[in-house]
Amino acid sequence: MDGMSWLIEVVVKLLVVLGLLLTAVAYVILAERRICAFIQDRLGPNRAGVCGLLQPACDAIKALFKEDYTPPHVRPVLFTVAAGLAMSPAILVIALIPFGSVFLGKKAVVSDLNVGILYLLAVGVLSVHAILLAGYASNSKYPLLGGLRAAAQLVSYEVLFGLSIVPVVMFSGSLSLTGIVQAQAEKTAVFGGLLTLPSWFVWRNPSTTLAFLTFLVALFAELNRAPFDFPEAEQELAGGYNVEYSSMRFAMFFLGEYANIIVGSAVAVTLFLGGWTLPIAGLETAAESMWTGLLQVFVFMGKVAMMVLGIIWVRWMWPRLRFDQLMDLSWGRLIPLAMGNVIFAVILLIAGW
Amino acid sequence: MKTELKRVVHVRRPKLSIWDKLGVSAFIYGLSVTVRHFLSRKVTVQYPEERSPVPLGYRGVPALVRDQHGNIKCVACQLCEFVCPSKAITVSPPGPDGPVPDRPLAEKMPIEFRVNVLRCIFCGLCQEVCPEEAIFLQSHHIFVVERKDDMIFRRDRLLEIGGKHHGYLKWHKLEQERRQLQIVRYDC
Repeated sequence: MDGMSWLIEVVVKLLVVLGLLLTAVAYVILAERRICAFIQDRLGPNRAGVCGLLQPACDAIKALFKEDYTPPHVRPVLFTVAAGLAMSPAILVIALIPFGSVFLGKKAVVSDLNVGILYLLAVGVLSVHAILLAGYASNSKYPLLGGLRAAAQLVSYEVLFGLSIVPVVMFSGSLSLTGIVQAQAEKTAVFGGLLTLPSWFVWRNPSTTLAFLTFLVALFAELNRAPFDFPEAEQELAGGYNVEYSSMRFAMFFLGEYANIIVGSAVAVTLFLGGWTLPIAGLETAAESMWTGLLQVFVFMGKVAMMVLGIIWVRWMWPRLRFDQLMDLSWGRLIPLAMGNVIFAVILLIAGW
Repeated sequence: MKTELKRVVHVRRPKLSIWDKLGVSAFIYGLSVTVRHFLSRKVTVQYPEERSPVPLGYRGVPALVRDQHGNIKCVACQLCEFVCPSKAITVSPPGPDGPVPDRPLAEKMPIEFRVNVLRCIFCGLCQEVCPEEAIFLQSHHIFVVERKDDMIFRRDRLLEIGGKHHGYLKWHKLEQERRQLQIVRYDC
């Protein structure tokens, strides 16, 4: 029956994608620790297994043995629900992202929505919910203030996020993520007559390059990641929205942050860096054989890995912005710039780019 | 009320180029610093396969030494026991019926010499006070034991750690001098 086979297909794809995501989260945490250590002139964890590859397993086993303590003064249901919501935007968004073109006869995306971008923006706001609920459920003034501050930062950079995606949608003419990747694969742009580059949005025309830069800033701020990690840094001192959380629930926030990093990078790769396409060896079109399909998936994963490494690198490179500088950057400078960029994109479209 | 005019001090600020103001210079400087540190030598010492080198003159556990001929230099005078500020050393001299020392002209040698490493503060006073140059604080500084009793180091262990000390052979020289004096006495 058609409905049954579709259901089985979706469930299998979901299981594969979630398994990949959770494994990737564990190893991105290890990669961050190693890279951070190398930049700080030391080695990272390299004792558990070869080069520390069993370290995530050891950490998981340790977390399992920790006492699961709920402080008596918190609001019980919301406390646990907030921890559960931490990974939800990542899991919901990864269902849309095209990993490749076709693989084994099926499309390599869990669900190919026509209005993928709208869904992305709507669901991405769930990260705000998690932090607000965590701050509120902790029933204590410092987590509450920390949570409110973090939520303010996230909300102001959501606007920037949305405004940066508008030029991409205008130039690709489609709201679905597979359509956007197709638009980047189709022509090979002659860049100023000098080189021939694939027409990825990151360098196709000045408006989308500017959109990429503002998108990156918005992405770092959405991920609560340096140089915008003021709410996170605060809890190294005191306060912060997850000060009341103990082992397993804290682990949910922690893993949720890294899952958001991976999925945020995947969205950036899909929208600006050409998704699974590469201008060589026929990797731009829908795959005919299974090996080409698999290769496209690996190309995508390679691009996401490089983006994640960039995000990790930036954290240890630049100092963090103070909260008022952060808000001023968003509302006072980048949102007007992004709005101007939209108008610029319209002008370029009329001029025939 | 008239307020006094304070002297105005102009702060010299460096001239910033457009790249500095946009943050591009900071960007590139950050890149260069992190890449340089990423590729440089790491300072981690992979213990226990590698050990940090022990500096010269380091004060590790006090150890008994033997001289060039293999004799124990300690004569159980118990001066180190009396000077130790944390009472970490316990010496048992042999008494009149004890074993004969292994060296000419030394009256006695210790039958038991205990250093309680848990009490030792590694001050070096025992080394300073010893008249025989028999106890030295050397480079043995890593103590891993499973029982508290294993942290009381005995005479044989301390002799093992101490090794040979090529120093002034006080008692051998004294014997030589006395022999020469006897020869002189026979002459006159």
